[in-house]
Amino acid sequence: MWAFFHKLGSPRWFYGIAARLSPWCWALALALILVGSVWGLAFAPADYQQGNSFRIIYVHVPAAFLAQSIFLALAASGFVFMVWKIKIADMAAAMMAPLGAAMTAIALLSGSVWGKPTWGTWWQWDARLTSMLILLFLYLGVMLIRRAFARPQSGAKAASVLAMVGVINIPIIKYSVEWWNTLHQPASFTITERPAMPVEMWMPLLIMVLGFYAFFAAFTLTRTRTEILRREGHKRWVKELFEERP
Amino acid sequence: MNTPMSGSIEAAEPVREAGDGLGRAMAATFRRDLTAVARRPGDALTPLVFFAMVITLFPLGISPEPERLALIAPGVLWVAALLSALLSLDGLFRGDFEDGTLEQLLLAPHPLSLLVLAKVAVHWLTTGLPLALMAPLLGVLLALPQGSYLALSATLALGSGCISLIGAIGAGLTVGLARGGMLLSLLVLPLFMPVLIFGTGAMGAALGGGEWLGHLAVIGALLSVALMAAPVAIAASLRISIHG
Repeated sequence: MWAFFHKLGSPRWFYGIAARLSPWCWALALALILVGSVWGLAFAPADYQQGNSFRIIYVHVPAAFLAQSIFLALAASGFVFMVWKIKIADMAAAMMAPLGAAMTAIALLSGSVWGKPTWGTWWQWDARLTSMLILLFLYLGVMLIRRAFARPQSGAKAASVLAMVGVINIPIIKYSVEWWNTLHQPASFTITERPAMPVEMWMPLLIMVLGFYAFFAAFTLTRTRTEILRREGHKRWVKELFEERP
Repeated sequence: MNTPMSGSIEAAEPVREAGDGLGRAMAATFRRDLTAVARRPGDALTPLVFFAMVITLFPLGISPEPERLALIAPGVLWVAALLSALLSLDGLFRGDFEDGTLEQLLLAPHPLSLLVLAKVAVHWLTTGLPLALMAPLLGVLLALPQGSYLALSATLALGSGCISLIGAIGAGLTVGLARGGMLLSLLVLPLFMPVLIFGTGAMGAALGGGEWLGHLAVIGALLSVALMAAPVAIAASLRISIHG
């Protein structure tokens, strides 16, 4: 068990295993997203109230899922890096943070575009929107602190600590924002309770969510491989790798 | 490790000594920081003056009508308190970082997290508590309605404890950076939001004639969580800033 983790933690071994895994992840992501988006955008029935505008859900919800999961992954990687000093965990975290921030931005923007025809406003201080916005700020903080240090090693540790502090705060922020919202906002419409969706509607959504997760895995594996080459460029195995294949 | 019994007996004596020493070290850190603030009272006054100034901007920027001011007063007072806390947090470790005191604290044979807790306590005592005591006065300027003054002071007193603890994590991370102050505000403001929500919530409840002690209890709960978790994170962030 421990030997496995130590092996996984070695950049060289990870480089190899990621090379074998990532094509499968990319293929899976591509297939799922293709099937999900075509099904969701073209074949799923239109909503009886919102018409076709509801189809934004097929981008919006998977992005929101990833936005939250990636922050968890960021904090988990930070913990692994701080406790066991496994460099791979930090390399992956450095690559995941921009993707997470991008997903948060996509969720916010697509929600905004969706909100205009549905609620008649681009922005509403709804509990979910607000906590998503705060999540974006947390992502930006983690990304900024990493670049702020002159030594990459210090930046990596600082980003790890901040990600862990952030992940403890996320549930607190989430619940306090929800509580705040119920106090301030008159119940003009509820977005938290959607009508139960028929199977033809949520099946493509499920496929899209899985597709986004597969994309996250593929993206992280590929980018971490590049990061390994960048950071370990001075090591012998990397040099040999490129001498073999000129 | 094979004989935990004998190990614990052997360790018992030095541990108790270290415990006594720890109490002394924390008290010494506390006294030292308090003395440092007393020698330069201007540093402690600046955030309070800033607080008063920000409050002054709102009637000028929005409207001098008491009815309108009363509506925004709770939020304005709390947001101004958060901003003024940022101002003082930036300098929380800076002096000690520059003159090497932090390195000595790191070398001390006591847990850094507890020594740092003493420093944060001084920070709260010299910025958060005066702010909480001064806030009702500025509440009068903003035509804050009767009945919420006690809620204002009480939530600010407890809430500023949370702010000092959480903010110190960011201050520790940015202490060695050239433009740390800007970054500090980006890092810690999102983490302050729950305190702000419950602080203004308590005042809203007090203004509505409702029960606001529940909100105060939530802030107290946040403070206890911060008291447990933040010192460890502050110590880790200071180690990163010093050792790299």
